[in-house]
Parts: sequence; structure tokens; C-alpha cells
Amino acid sequence: MRHRVLPHPLVALALGVVWLLLANSVAPGQIVLGLLLGWSISLFAARFWPETLRIHRPLILLRFIGIVLVDIVLANVVVAWLIIRSPARRRPVFVQVPLALRSDLAISVLANTICLTPGTVSSRLSLDRRYLLVHALDATDPDALVATIKNRYEAPLREVFEPC
Amino acid sequence: MLTSVALPVAFALVTAAFVFSIWRLLVGPDLPDRILALDTLYINAIAWLVLLGIHLASTLYFEAALLIALMGFIGTVALCKFLLRGDIIE
Amino acid sequence: MLDILLSLLILAGALFTFIGSLGLVRLPDFYMRLHAPTKATTLGVGSLLIASALYFSTHDEGVSLHEALVTMFLFITAPVSAHLLSKAALHLKLRSLAELLPDEQAARSKGDAR
Repeated sequence: MRHRVLPHPLVALALGVVWLLLANSVAPGQIVLGLLLGWSISLFAARFWPETLRIHRPLILLRFIGIVLVDIVLANVVVAWLIIRSPARRRPVFVQVPLALRSDLAISVLANTICLTPGTVSSRLSLDRRYLLVHALDATDPDALVATIKNRYEAPLREVFEPC
Repeated sequence: MLTSVALPVAFALVTAAFVFSIWRLLVGPDLPDRILALDTLYINAIAWLVLLGIHLASTLYFEAALLIALMGFIGTVALCKFLLRGDIIE
Repeated sequence: MLDILLSLLILAGALFTFIGSLGLVRLPDFYMRLHAPTKATTLGVGSLLIASALYFSTHDEGVSLHEALVTMFLFITAPVSAHLLSKAALHLKLRSLAELLPDEQAARSKGDAR
């Protein structure tokens, strides 16, 4: 029953918040309108998104977001420095990251995180979803890079989206 | 400090960024390079509009920045899809 | 005090935007050039938008938070377009200065997508 009436409660809430930001006000009328819009849009979009969004450990997710935000700033300083200094010192490399994540959403979040954080861009997901090809701007030790990605970003995401 | 130093310097830096992106757009050498340059150009345009909004103390430019962000992203995705499949609508 | 903070945010944002485009010109191959706009430029614009939110929150009446929407949107879309561009470049087999070419790795691990 819940799936029929309110298929994605978190998405509805997020859309409501987006509406409030767009309207730039927290008047009661806007809140009601935002929640109404969020509910109806998530209802109509439910057919395209059969998978339910479920967050198992909200605290770990918050910690993960904090780590990623700090890493974004640090990585940007590193990348800026790599752009400015002499070109001979950059060692670009492609690495394959074996994935333990299985759900679409978790893999997308991991790929986006990799693109934003430590001097790396995710390039291609293999057809069987077991490997993510990642390009790094400067990596002296590709194995250490893979280990960092797995421990720092994949492990928390795994706990949040798919605890087994 | 804000209006006398920071804003003119910021305008100059973002304009230089525009020039670099346009150079890459014209030089190429490959299609993904040009798409990347266009992508950078629209983000630069957002930066410029935000600076202009602060300079003129007007929130009018915010909607324009939001629309550029939306349209630019969709444009980039459509162009990449075109390169990947030779077709935009699957 | 606020003036100095705003100036610093604006200068940092503009500097990162500039460095992002500088990387677009300076870096030698496409895969490396991809890093510059996705990271530096996005953070630069994010910083400018935070400055704008601060400015309008303190100069006009009421808190102005809708800049957060553009920031969020940019931070979500920038990696997606970077991923797609990189995929397109691999599809077109652009040359790369990376030590190990992706095709060699594709041969190494079976089941890799074309």
C-alpha cells in the first residue's frame, strides 16, 4: 500500500526542499506546495525508478558526506598545484577498481565521489558491473590508489546502501 | 576592499578563464576537447553572472545562472551521447 | 570582517575558476585536461556562490539560500558530464599519456565493456 501511495518518501522530501530553495522562502504555503509537488512528482516518476531508496545507516552517511566535502577542497588544492607546476612531475595512469557494490545507486554515488575527490575521474563501468576504470592525474602507486578508493569511499557506501 | 580590489580582480580572472576556454574550443584537437571546452565555458558563464549579481547587488541574475547550469548540463550529456552512439534518442 | 571574508571567498573562487581553465590549456592530453574543469572550476564556482549567498543574506533583508541550489546542482552534474566525456573519449580511442592504456587493461580483465 505504501508503495502505491508514497513510493519514494525520501525523494519527495528532497524535492520539497529543492522547491523551498528555489522559491527562497519558508512561508507555510510554500512548504505545503513543495511537499505536494515532491509527492506528486515522485508518484509520477515511480514507474521509471522501481528500486526503493533505502538508507540504512544515516550517521555513517553524514560522516561520509563530511569526509567527502573536506576531500573535495583538499583534492582541488592538489589538482591546482599539479596544473601550475612543471608538467614532467605528473604521472597519469589508468587503474581498474574492482567493485564490491552491487546496486545501481551505490555505484553511481561512488563514481560521482571518485570524480569529485582525489585527482581521479571514473571513466567506464564494465558491462558486468565488476570493474570501474579510473583515470588518475598523478599516481605513484596505483595499488595504493585502489586501496584508498576502496577503504575510504566504497566501504562506508556499502554500509549505507547495502548491508548484508 | 570588496568593491575596490576583490571584484575587479575576480572579473579579470574569470574573463581570462573565458579566453582560455575559447582557445581550447577553437584549437580542439578532438571533439571531446571541444565539448569539454563548452562545458567549461558555461560554468565560467555562471561564475561571471554570480559576480555580476554581487557587483550590481541584484538577485535577478540568479535565475539566469540556474538556467545556464541546467541547459549546459543537458547539452553536454546530449553531445556525449551523440559521440557514444551516433544518435541522441535511443 | 565580513567584507574581508567575502573578498577572500570571491578571490579564491575566481582563482580556482581561472586555474581550471588554465589547466584546459596547459595539460597535454585529453584525459588529464578533463580533471581541470571538473574539479577546480566546480569548486571555484561553488565558492563564488557561497560568497553570493553570504552577501545577499547580509545586505538584503532575510536569508538567501537559493544559491545552494546551483551549488548542489553543479556538484551533482559535474562528475556525470566528466564521466560521460571520458567514456566518449575512450570510445573514440583518443591517445593518452597514461602508463597503461585502457585497451591493455581491457585485455587483462575479461568481461570489460566495449
